[in-house]
Order: sequence, then structure tokens, then C-alpha cells
Amino acid sequence: MLEVVGRLALVAAAFAVLPLLVGQAEHKVMAHMQGRLGPMYAGAFHGWAQLVADGVKFAQKEDVVPAAADRRIFKLAPAVALVPYLLVLLVIPVGPHGQVALDLGPGVFFALAVMGVGVIGAIMAGWASANKYSLLGGMRVTAQLMSYELPMVFSAASVAMAAGTLSLSGIVEQWRWYWLPWQLVGGAVFFVAGLAELRRPPFDMPVADSEIIFGPYTEYGGLRFALFLLAEYAGIVVLCGLTTVLFLGGWKGPFLDGPLGWLWTLVKVFALAFAVIWFRVSYPRLREDQLQRLAWAWLVPLSLAQLALTGVLKVALG
Amino acid sequence: MQDYFHTYGVVAALLVVGGGIVAGGLAVNRLLRPSRPTGEKLTTYECGVDPVGEGWAQSYVRYYVFAYLYVVFAVDAVFLFPWATVFSSPGYGMTTLGEMFVFLGFLAVGLAYAGKKGVLSWV
Repeated sequence: MLEVVGRLALVAAAFAVLPLLVGQAEHKVMAHMQGRLGPMYAGAFHGWAQLVADGVKFAQKEDVVPAAADRRIFKLAPAVALVPYLLVLLVIPVGPHGQVALDLGPGVFFALAVMGVGVIGAIMAGWASANKYSLLGGMRVTAQLMSYELPMVFSAASVAMAAGTLSLSGIVEQWRWYWLPWQLVGGAVFFVAGLAELRRPPFDMPVADSEIIFGPYTEYGGLRFALFLLAEYAGIVVLCGLTTVLFLGGWKGPFLDGPLGWLWTLVKVFALAFAVIWFRVSYPRLREDQLQRLAWAWLVPLSLAQLALTGVLKVALG
Repeated sequence: MQDYFHTYGVVAALLVVGGGIVAGGLAVNRLLRPSRPTGEKLTTYECGVDPVGEGWAQSYVRYYVFAYLYVVFAVDAVFLFPWATVFSSPGYGMTTLGEMFVFLGFLAVGLAYAGKKGVLSWV
């Protein structure tokens, strides 16, 4: 019992700290990529406390619910968007020999299913705001979820086939270095589809701030808006964690992968998070029709091809 | 069975913790924030002009065909997961591999047909 409480506390701590680290990294990395400094004042040393200051600001802001909105759904939406990512963190292993909060048998399946729930928060927000921009944004979120969930599921299934298990720890234990080239296409599809599901640039058409004024979040302000922002960064952590565990061998590294394995997991997660930020700085936003085309014309066929490749090689090798 | 309920009991406990984090944050927010609602503040935002008509305007859902496709494919995809854990077990090998290609063939033909009919492009 005490052990379970300890593990839950660790998960909650990771959930509180990792998204903030990614957020701060985004401030600084984006700034340097764009030839500026980024936050420099809060906390005295290179603006390290900027997000803490933001949090203090958000906590003091008025909670405005538009008169036309569907009040209860409007107020519930940020929680629905945020909490699923906390639940996924529960099953992501960071190291060998049970360094995971909960080693769930159908781990991959659980993670994908619960991650999908997070998107429903944005759809609820889009509908309940009773705002035209929000409604458009909510519809785009829905379309994006339906198009990108499929390649994501297929590429995850490919890894499950290769490993012969659905447990995330089990998958990393089965992982060998030659999975990198073998599952390369699946990994790329998974990561891109995950980015699209999180509505991160260049797939941020649903929340395009300069076109439909942040889409589903137009009417949100104060702490509820902050919860949506936090959900975005928690989503990045979860996506990078899942990609690390499924495709990059989790805690396994070329050296030191015994007791310090968890360090490899963290390094890989942050390297992927860096790539997420890099994409945001580098690519322009995809138009809605281009977005759908990418999913159906490229990612779905590619992930089906990956399934075929995995099946053939697995039977040939085994 | 005991183990099964224990496992998902942990998930439920974390769900409660997550709800507590959000509710706690909002409770603190309630103590700290001002509340001065005015008519203008509560109007729907439409770039500074008074909103025209209702927010829940009629609009054409352009991707309902994707939705059908998604449901068809996703239901198939769910069956991949239990199958993935056993397909290369001794005694299955080639048979299940053949079945996999039948499955992929169905999906690919369906996708190609939908593409040919032009329903995969956002109009």
C-alpha cells in the first residue's frame, strides 16, 4: 500500500515537473533559434522562473464563462484535456526491473486509448464555448483525431507484433538495436501522428491563433486556459515517452544501461522534445486539406506497409 | 482476478489524484481571483464586434466520410493487438502471416477505393 502511494506520488511529481521543463526549454530554444534571448528576468538567472511567474499570474486571473456558453461542459473541458496524460504517465517505464509505476499487461493499448481521451477535452471546449471560431476549431480537432489516430494505432501495433507482447516494459526488454532500422517507418509515422494529435505546429490548424483565434480555447482565460497549456506540454512528454519506449529502446543504450538506465530514458525523451520544438520553429502551418491528405495518403499506407514488413521479418527470423 | 482489480484500482486512484490536482488548483484560484462580471465581458468574443447570430451556427461537416472510414478501420485495428501477441508463436507462423496479408489487402483495397471515389480530399 505504502509502495503504491510512493509510486503515485512519483508519477504526480513527474507530471508537475517534466511539462514545465519542456515549456521552459521551448521558451529558450525557440528564442535562440530565432536569434533572440527569450525570458531573462524572472528568477534572475536566464529567466528560469518564468513559468512559475506565469503560473502565479494565471492563478490570480478572473474566471470568465461567456453568458452564451454551455457552463458545465465549458468548465469541465480543461480537466478532461489534462488528466488523461497523467494517467498515461503511470504505465511508461523509465528503467529495468520494475522501474515503472504500474506494469500493465495491455500497456500499449491502455496508453493509446487514454491518450485519445485527452483530445475530447478540446472538442468539448470547442462545442461548449458557443463561439464560431471555437466551433470551427473543435470540428478541426475532431477531424484531425480521426485521421491521425489510425496510423498511430497501426505503427504501435507493429511494435507489439515485433515484441510479441503489449506490456511496455516487455517491449523494451525485447528491443534490440536492429529494431531501429526495422521499425524506422513506424516510428516516424507514430511520432508525426502523435504531434498531429497534440495539435502541435506544423499541425496546429485547429488552434491556428492568427486565423481562428486559438480555436477551441478562444473563450478561455485564467487558470482554465493554463490547464489547456499544461495539457499540451504534458502531451509532449507523454508522446516523447511513448516513442522512446516503443521505438528507441527506452532505458537501453550503447553503454551504462544497467542501474543508470532511467537516465537513458530521460535523455531520449528530452531529445525528442527538442525535436518537437525544432519542428515548431522550422515548419509553416499545414492547411486543413493538406493535413488530411498527409494522414490518409501517406501515413496510413506507410503504417500498413510497416505492418507487412514487421510480420514478414518476424516470421522469417523466428 | 484479485490482481486485475488491484491493477485497475491503482489507475482509479491516480484518476482521483488527477481530479484533485485540477480541483485543488481551481479552488486556490477561487480564493485568489476577482469576480466582476459585466455584460460586455460575458459576450461571445468575435474580434471586438458584437457577435452576429448564434455560436452554434449551422455548418457543413466536411469529413463525415472520414468518420465512417475511421470507425471501420479502427474496429479492425483493435483486433490487431491481441493477435499481435500470438501471431509468431510456434505452430502459427506462415498461416497467420497469410491471414495478415488478407487483412492488409482488405484495408488497402478499401483505402484505394475511398481515394478513387475522391472522399479523402477535404472539399
